[in-house]
Amino acid sequence: MDFAFLYETFVTLVSAIPTTLQLAATSVALGTVLALGLALCRLSGIAPLDWFARAYIFIFRGTPLLVQIFLIYYGLSQFREVRRSMFWFILRDPYWCAVIALMLCTAAYSAEIIRGGLLSVPHGQVEAGRASGMSRFMVFRRIVMPLAIRQSLPAYSNEIISMVKATSLASIITIMEITGVAAKLISETYRAIEVFIVAGAIYLAINFLLIRIVALIEYRLSPHLRQAPVLPPVAAGETR
Amino acid sequence: MTVMSNITTTPAIEVRGLRKSFGPTEVLKGIDLTAHEGEVISILGSSGSGKSTMLRCINMLETPDAGDISVAGEKIALKHDAKGRGQIVDRRQVQRIRSELGMVFQSFNLWSHKTVIENIVEAPIHVQKRPKAEAIAEAEALLEKVGIADKRNHYPAHLSGGQQQRAAIARALAMRPKVILFDEPTSALDPELVGEVLRVMRSLADEGRTMLVVTHEMGFARDVSSRVIFLHQGAIEEQGSPQEMFTNAQSERFRKFISG
Repeated sequence: MDFAFLYETFVTLVSAIPTTLQLAATSVALGTVLALGLALCRLSGIAPLDWFARAYIFIFRGTPLLVQIFLIYYGLSQFREVRRSMFWFILRDPYWCAVIALMLCTAAYSAEIIRGGLLSVPHGQVEAGRASGMSRFMVFRRIVMPLAIRQSLPAYSNEIISMVKATSLASIITIMEITGVAAKLISETYRAIEVFIVAGAIYLAINFLLIRIVALIEYRLSPHLRQAPVLPPVAAGETR
Repeated sequence: MTVMSNITTTPAIEVRGLRKSFGPTEVLKGIDLTAHEGEVISILGSSGSGKSTMLRCINMLETPDAGDISVAGEKIALKHDAKGRGQIVDRRQVQRIRSELGMVFQSFNLWSHKTVIENIVEAPIHVQKRPKAEAIAEAEALLEKVGIADKRNHYPAHLSGGQQQRAAIARALAMRPKVILFDEPTSALDPELVGEVLRVMRSLADEGRTMLVVTHEMGFARDVSSRVIFLHQGAIEEQGSPQEMFTNAQSERFRKFISG
């Protein structure tokens, strides 16, 4: 084992971590907003919105992310209208093309996660909110959303982790995130095993941290799902 | 309460010609009901008689197809769509009126992500915009009153059914409601926990609060209420004072109903 080389590789790849994290964070953040909109469309009971969201989710979950990236980066630039449009300054930039592709893709998966969370909220608690004079929006903000988020978090952490890994696809359209830098190193050194092992270990470390952070958030948000701090007193007549 | 005083005061709740269908099933077939301040009205009837639906129409958790509902003299504005189903005209009016009515559900429906005290101060602070300190002080007094002051910081899942229902009653009281609607408040409880909830309800009746209680508790209907209404297949079959109803009811069905 050439530890000096491993260390050198590690130092080089660490400099690419910010790009990877930025790609993942931006696309997850924007994707979550889009996903919430899609989930609300699915649950709106308005047929055109529902079908739009269904079609969107079907297409983006059913096609490979790499194909989506290619379509957005190489495909769109074929159209003169796109090149002349006001969006060209974004669409000509591989970084933003990657963000858009990742965002559109994660939104499709997250929409279903959020929809499941929203559906899990007991109807009685919504009714209690309405009966106490809350507006629909207040019921959504103070009752439905907090309960739905707690319910969605475990599935959502999966989605965040797969997004971190999916950022590696952005290397194909010239972005120098961890995998991109690793590939460049290999082309210079021909030492694929060492470089990819270090790259893999870095992804592993990032995701380990993410899992712990989400688990902590989940713990902080769910005191009502844990055992009571003190045992409730035994009610009269009840036997244990 | 005498007939004379009934005429001079505005009824707390007035229901006229209330009708409601779910699909082809007509659940309420024209209900008239007047509740005056301080009255405790027990609404009895076998399951499917429409008693819960009637109660839920009063605070518009179900929208009536026909009829008028007034709370403290204010009529709730309704319109009708092409299929004849009722629709709320002014959402804000309904929200305001709901905040003046307390509702206690069969399944408690406490907000599971909030502690008992948070459940109670939620609507006073966020709907009625009352000062936080005042709402908390009042909530603590209410918890004391329903006998679960020691459960202040517990989550609903950590309470027994009877404690949850008492917390739910405190939550309804915190709105300083003109009328409290009880929708089978003891039906989801283990038999040994029914008593503690009924005791709280009895003390509220003794305070002179206006209550509409859908219930299967014959003892409560007989001993606590000022009037008993018996519903059968979506219509009021008979009503009267508990003494009249439980000793001398005209309705054969009601006599059968109370004899079990």
